[in-house]
Amino acid sequence: MPTFVWLTVMTALRVLARNRLRAGLTMLGIVIGVGAVIAMVSIGEGAKQAVQTQIATMGTNVIMIWPAATSVGGVRGAQGGAVTLTVADAADLKKKIPVLSDTAWMKRDILQIVNGHRNGNSPVNGVSPSYLSIRDWTFSKGGSFTQADMDSAALVALLGQSVVDELFDPGEEPLGSVIRIRNVPLRVIGVLSPKGQSTYGQDQDDVVFLPFTTAERKVFGTPFLGSVGGLYAATEQAEDMPEAVEQIREVMRSRHRLQADQPDDFTIRTQVELGKVQEGTSQTLTVMLMAIASVSLLVGGIGIMNILLVSVTERTREIGVRMAVGAKRTHILIQFLIEAMTLSVVGGCIGILFGVLSARLTTVIAGWPTIISGDTVATAFGFSVAVGLFFGLYPANKAARLNPIEALRYE
Amino acid sequence: MSHRIVNALIICEDIWKVYRVGDVEVQALRGLHLTIRQGEFVAIMGSSGSGKSTLMNILGCLDQPTKGQYRLNSIDVGHLQPDRLAEIRNEQIGFVFQSFNLIPRTSALENAQLPLFYRGLPLKEQKSLASAALRRVGLGGREHHSPTQLSGGQQQRVAIARALVTSPSLLLADEPTGNLDTQSSQEIMEILEELNREGITVILVTHEIDIAAYASREIVIKDGQILSDRMTKGRSQVVEA
Repeated sequence: MPTFVWLTVMTALRVLARNRLRAGLTMLGIVIGVGAVIAMVSIGEGAKQAVQTQIATMGTNVIMIWPAATSVGGVRGAQGGAVTLTVADAADLKKKIPVLSDTAWMKRDILQIVNGHRNGNSPVNGVSPSYLSIRDWTFSKGGSFTQADMDSAALVALLGQSVVDELFDPGEEPLGSVIRIRNVPLRVIGVLSPKGQSTYGQDQDDVVFLPFTTAERKVFGTPFLGSVGGLYAATEQAEDMPEAVEQIREVMRSRHRLQADQPDDFTIRTQVELGKVQEGTSQTLTVMLMAIASVSLLVGGIGIMNILLVSVTERTREIGVRMAVGAKRTHILIQFLIEAMTLSVVGGCIGILFGVLSARLTTVIAGWPTIISGDTVATAFGFSVAVGLFFGLYPANKAARLNPIEALRYE
Repeated sequence: MSHRIVNALIICEDIWKVYRVGDVEVQALRGLHLTIRQGEFVAIMGSSGSGKSTLMNILGCLDQPTKGQYRLNSIDVGHLQPDRLAEIRNEQIGFVFQSFNLIPRTSALENAQLPLFYRGLPLKEQKSLASAALRRVGLGGREHHSPTQLSGGQQQRVAIARALVTSPSLLLADEPTGNLDTQSSQEIMEILEELNREGITVILVTHEIDIAAYASREIVIKDGQILSDRMTKGRSQVVEA
């Protein structure tokens, strides 16, 4: 049997080589199909991973707590309208919920930042030192402020890369220079490593961080000391997240003295939830692209079936001779199946090459991230084999069922 | 003239073949009896529509009788499955057709290999047996010619090589000289004669009297029955009934 299969493959290759143009055109369908599947899936996967990378820039296992919308006389205000979260909430959460590795708080305003003759408007965040570690901010220059800076409301600032680019001349050293916000002089002690765009398309590097106390007392000014714009918490393990969210809700409700029938006056979001929406979008994209690509694979398969039917008719006499000298039905069946699969496999291999190439070109030309995984290539290859098998079966079976006498007499 | 006892290779008993074309029933063979012994050289003659093609198809295990019994080498072939029939064709029968029926754009050697290929022999053995068969029909050195590079007579010799490569017990030649000139016809018939002398049973279908003259037995078919069955002098010395 192995001899038979091997020789049949050789025969199939020779038959195909004999009709190069015909074989080439037939394979083209599969080439385009497989190529399209690989290119499309690579683009989809690339988009998915870009989203995941963006989500990761938010930090690891991060839970966000924001003030809820106010509701006055049935009119709901914007989310975050209420000023209900405090520094004390953060401290209490950390104390009462052991699965939380840390908590942080922040308050934000968009303010003008001045460096000498230059200025710009950027979000200014007053944060606890823990905020930077929870959100995975790292430093390209200098370092973070300390608890001592917090306690003394030190006049120090950390700048995002975009702010540095805007306020400083190229080559000018930001570290150690003094910027002003609302006329408060702040010494730059650190520059943050760039994070790029957020999942919402915001520039995360257009940011200034101040110690919370500095921001509260010396820059923003506040009617309620200790009120914050948002709380952050992190867990050590991703599995602890749902439990942590529940416990946070309970602690917060009891701290805020909410009755059972009252809604939360805060909103809890996790990084996972935020990511899901985005990932869902890119998943839809991948599935859609794959569906389109599969159609071309299907069309390619029909092309193979068509050309094989022509081949069976053309070679009816040959089939008759083969049967006369002792070919069984399975021999004829396998012969034509192998021809179909040779077409689809060779086409599939060229298609893989073509798909990988177009994915690379997409990255180079359009700048879209693409990921070519071994799984994708293997699946595409498997599909092309399956297409050959599926669409070869009907013509092969037709050949195998020929009556030898009629086949021999066929003109 | 010695009377050698030879085993019966073919025994046909009351063979009927009935086709249905639309509402019309066509009786191609009507209760035919025939015994052929091993080593005979038989010519089957008859006009078109006499049923000789149908008989050839049945003898060649390409077709099965509607009624009656056909035993080849004491195997009852009548009720076998298509795959078993394919095996019997492969092992016992060699075909030579009027139009050669070589596989186009395939070398003489590979054409001659074909039956061994389906027998599943190792490639090396296939090649050596096939090239021996080609040498036997006088085509040594032309193994790698394709059919289009060979003359009609040479193509028919490739076909004979393909038929005898499996050392069959029966060689069926259906008008083997029908597409050949006189010179080539004579060469082909001499090869068949030679093979018969070596012990292969040859059944020849023809309507040319001078071709039939090579055989030692002449059967005439008419209307699906045997009209006459007679020993001719023939040229073969092997069988005398």
